[in-house]
Amino acid sequence: MIPAPFDYAAPGSLEEAFSLLEQHGDEAKILAGGHSLIPMMKLRFASPEFLIDINNIPGLSHIKEEDGYLKIGALTREAELETSEVIRAKYPIFLDATKLIADPQVRNMGTVGGNIAHGDAANDHPAVMMALRAEVVISSAEGQRTVPIDEFFYGFYMTAVQPNEILTEIRIPVPGPRTGNAYHKLERKVGDYATAGVAVQLSLDENGVCTYAGIGLTNVNPVPMRAARSEEALVGHKLDAERIELAGQYASEDCNPSSDLRGDEDYKRAVVKALTKRMINKAIERATS
Amino acid sequence: MKKQITISVNGEKHTLEVEPRELLVHVIREKLRLTGTHIGCDTTSCGACTVLLNGKSIKSCTVLAVQADGKEVSTVEGLATAEGLHPLQEGFKENHGLHCGFCTPGMLMRAKELLEHNPNPTEEEIRWGIAGNLCRCTGYNNIVKAIQYASAKMQGKETPSTEPEFV
Ligand SMILES: Cc1cc2nc3c(=O)[nH]c(=O)nc-3n(C[C@H](O)[C@H](O)[C@H](O)COP(=O)(O)OP(=O)(O)OC[C@H]3O[C@@H](n4cnc5c(N)ncnc54)[C@H](O)[C@@H]3O)c2cc1C
Ligand code: FES
Ligand code: FES
Repeated sequence: MIPAPFDYAAPGSLEEAFSLLEQHGDEAKILAGGHSLIPMMKLRFASPEFLIDINNIPGLSHIKEEDGYLKIGALTREAELETSEVIRAKYPIFLDATKLIADPQVRNMGTVGGNIAHGDAANDHPAVMMALRAEVVISSAEGQRTVPIDEFFYGFYMTAVQPNEILTEIRIPVPGPRTGNAYHKLERKVGDYATAGVAVQLSLDENGVCTYAGIGLTNVNPVPMRAARSEEALVGHKLDAERIELAGQYASEDCNPSSDLRGDEDYKRAVVKALTKRMINKAIERATS
Repeated sequence: MKKQITISVNGEKHTLEVEPRELLVHVIREKLRLTGTHIGCDTTSCGACTVLLNGKSIKSCTVLAVQADGKEVSTVEGLATAEGLHPLQEGFKENHGLHCGFCTPGMLMRAKELLEHNPNPTEEEIRWGIAGNLCRCTGYNNIVKAIQYASAKMQGKETPSTEPEFV
């Protein structure tokens, strides 16, 4: 399968990229790792007339803690998360997630920015970013704006990124002490998209009372989803079995999975409940070790 | 609409005219006639089209040739040298790491990057490491052994027994 014809440019700066976006409007698409876009173009699900390859633009690939944020450049490859020191030390949730994203070759190409910008509830980073309450930095010729992750996903393949804009960075507030995070998805085989996935981040005070809860769900809603009622069930409480059960129950009730080849609706709700409880327990374990 | 690209393939520079929509695997196979790189699924699943792009293993059925402009591509044809087979090729040969051979070029190129990052991988690391490469024949056990053989050989260690396992 070969994509339909299109024109292509690989600008060397953001300014050039913005002027190409200006010129081509919504006929143009940004090309990052290409591992969501090119498969769609081969299948004719997408036929952009112009591709703007951002891989030659410097300054879009980094993982660093700065000004109270973990900053991840949009062009950072999945594989780079796996080997980053700061990720290994403080954000094991990304190791949990990347290990389950596709396979090593796909992770050598796929970018964190592209994974979110694609706006697909089946991708794994959106739920993780919800659990961590990330902010998305979006740039255009006019300047920069920052969008909280809860206002980023609009609908099926639709995000806050406008046709004249480029997602440039993801910012994650550096969590306080006694914080733990974890992600897991159920997949039918290695490399599959999630039947359901759950991302959790928790912070505890000295007495074990939960002061922060972030819970994101993968592929059980038309858009990436925050399990808000589950979070509320945890914050302000000691996390005993009853609380954890309640959070799992709420997540399974509040999600909206559709029946498909990966399982029927009831099955997916049951998976969400089981995974939510498991990830809460794992996050507590990491927060207290 | 054609673009001129320059890619270095197994150390040799090529300047080519390509349409932006041409996939790297097609340029490698049809323009450069290096047919060791295979097309299995054409949907980023099987890994038969795996080559190295600037040293990183990628699936060339899902990369545009224009994305490789100015970069180095390594294919299976570049593995052996005048001195003989690459330790990975030797490992596959000694351990019956292939039956029909269709997956083998992709397996070799993926394993090459794996051993560069992790010269002494555990069995589990090897299995996760080749998770993006499908083999319909071997049942994988002898492929894992072949990679263990190459790992030992490349570190100057004694190579493990090559008693093949038939599954
Ligand atoms: C076989 C296979 C299995 C996969 N399995 C998984 C999986 O299990 N979990 C998972 O999460 N993902 C999976 N993926 C998707 C993969 O992780 C993609 O790489 C990722 O979703 C998109 O990142 P990309 O850099 O390749 O983006 P691209 O494909 O380049 O772009 C995707 C979309 O986002 C837009 N875009 C990209 N970057 C920007 C930017 N900086 N600013 C504005 N717009 C931008 C593009 O215009 C396009 O519309 C899989 C892919 C394949 C091929
Ligand atoms: S042909 Fe490229 S992954 Fe199968
Ligand atoms: S040897 Fe036949 S597919 Fe692997």
